[in-house]
Amino acid sequence: MSLKKISKDQPKKFEFNERNIELAKKMINNYPEGKQQSAVMSLLYLAQRQNNNWIPLAAMKYIAKFLNMPYIKVYEVATFYSMYNLSPVGKFFYQVCTTTPCMLRGAYKLVDVCKKKISNKENEISSDGNSSWMEVECLGACINAPMIQINDEYYEDLDEKKLENIIEQTMKGKKPKPGSYRGRVNSEPENNRTTLVGIKNA
Amino acid sequence: MLEDKDRIFQNLYNDLGEDVESSKKRGDWKDTNEIISKGRDWIIDEIKSSELRGRGGAGFPTGLKWSFAPKEVGSRPHYLVINADESEPGTCKDRDILRFEPHKLIEGCLIAAYTVNAHVCYIYIRGEYYSEGQKLQKAIDEAYSQKLIGKNASNTGWDFDIYIHYGAGAYICGEETALLESLEGKKGQPRLKPPFPALIGLYGCPTIINNVETIAVVPTILKRGAKWFSSLGKPKNTGTKIFCISGNVNRPCNVEEEMGIPLKELIEKHAGGVIGGWENLKAIIPGGSSMPMLPKEICETIKMDFDSLVEQKSGLGTAGIVVINKDQDIIQCMARIARFYKHESCGQCTPCREGSGWMWRMLERMAKGEASREEVDMLMDVTKQIEGHTICAFGEGSSWPVQGLLRHFKKEIVKRNNFNPLVNKDNKIPYLVDQHLLENDNAEIKS
Repeated sequence: MSLKKISKDQPKKFEFNERNIELAKKMINNYPEGKQQSAVMSLLYLAQRQNNNWIPLAAMKYIAKFLNMPYIKVYEVATFYSMYNLSPVGKFFYQVCTTTPCMLRGAYKLVDVCKKKISNKENEISSDGNSSWMEVECLGACINAPMIQINDEYYEDLDEKKLENIIEQTMKGKKPKPGSYRGRVNSEPENNRTTLVGIKNA
Repeated sequence: MLEDKDRIFQNLYNDLGEDVESSKKRGDWKDTNEIISKGRDWIIDEIKSSELRGRGGAGFPTGLKWSFAPKEVGSRPHYLVINADESEPGTCKDRDILRFEPHKLIEGCLIAAYTVNAHVCYIYIRGEYYSEGQKLQKAIDEAYSQKLIGKNASNTGWDFDIYIHYGAGAYICGEETALLESLEGKKGQPRLKPPFPALIGLYGCPTIINNVETIAVVPTILKRGAKWFSSLGKPKNTGTKIFCISGNVNRPCNVEEEMGIPLKELIEKHAGGVIGGWENLKAIIPGGSSMPMLPKEICETIKMDFDSLVEQKSGLGTAGIVVINKDQDIIQCMARIARFYKHESCGQCTPCREGSGWMWRMLERMAKGEASREEVDMLMDVTKQIEGHTICAFGEGSSWPVQGLLRHFKKEIVKRNNFNPLVNKDNKIPYLVDQHLLENDNAEIKS
């Protein structure tokens, strides 16, 4: 259960754009008739994408009507799950994994870099209005630790220097290349692989 | 060591490509039709005799689970749900299956769905795995366009649809009933069992829930035979398993190995050894953060399978091995795991909601050396108050690792927190409301 701050500045109105209305209808069709409530999570994602990566209350009300369910049920879902942002975040939203496997490999050094380069406080948008950062729990890429997520992509095998470079790129508005930053392919062991050797050489 | 030809996930490192044509070259979608034509009972028997146990953490026999689904479809449709909400710290095996071996998973879904009489399958992927989800969707689309799934899937006469459902960052949704709640569009809080999902699951219908890795190995088992699979590993702990080795090792990696492989071999051979050498090893967490840690003495000889680890009061869990060396502060490592559980508790049961915070705060103080001597025993008691008193296994998952720390490293904690504040004497405040815990005090008053 995460505590979440709901933004004080709320837009009055929210509506899906045409493309999202179509996508939303398609998502509702993934579930049996009468079970359209199942689509609430995907619709919240759509709203978040449409609204600069955060969900205003108006969007929850709109989705409630869209799915014919009580507003409070949508609110309940939006506040329960940690990936729904209920107040504005940066255009580049840094999520630093600091759970033990990442911590063992120096995740807190990455937190220090974020504090220095983005903003001193978590969830605070940087002075150039471009980025924000927060600590998150295990992102499920432990063998590529330490790692961060920026928007939809994973950036793996980092250290302070590499993260600084990434931040500098995003400051210029460029999207850095996702994946491992120690030159390894995906999650194979670096140098001298011990299994599936023949396949690699084939 | 397992030979390469016996590895199920040939494309674990993506040397061969994950698209449908490349997957077919390594044997996916071969004879699917033929397997299904042998019938449900044959498939269940074959999986039962392969002794495949669920790869999601609990290790429940898969064939048995499938046999719980009602034999005939009544008024309610059946569902197959795949648990791809991989969030256990130290575990990242399903991620590589989703992105590099999606067709093994999809083929397994078709076979499993046919076996349990389901026409619809939902794959619940954690929201953070967005790009992995996109890759899986691409593979699903490929399978549709080649008529491998959809109407009359693979010419079997069985109609079969797969949909992806994204989670949104809640660890608890990896618990099967919480996952179902989440699929129904509610907050992910576990349900009481019974009724079990096999009878009353998604939308109140019979539902079978399996982990990604479990389903992805099914086609290979059926193609190569239960005998082959059960010849690997040891009885009741058969087959191969993807081990994720992370933490203080020289070459952290995913590797598929035989069940029952010695831990030392995994670390030394595949992961390039502990940073600073084997002597620098402090402890390992053998199966994702929920499993109690093991000190170096046990690591010397322990074999990695369900039963050997249970003997050592730990468990194989998801086989996510986290190696901790002597450069780390073991109490701080555990405090961070406790913080994880505090953050992820769904808040439904009081012992877990309150207890997970207690454990975290006490461990943080112990890491700093600010706890009193009494608190060490109190911490053990708190874990006992949580364990077994919650709706789902999260209670055990959060308290076992703390118990593991106390079991093996109590001396270290006591050494660091070796002061007894004077104020303690006059300050006998019950720390839990449960009065029976103060039996000694009560006895004192009586006399």
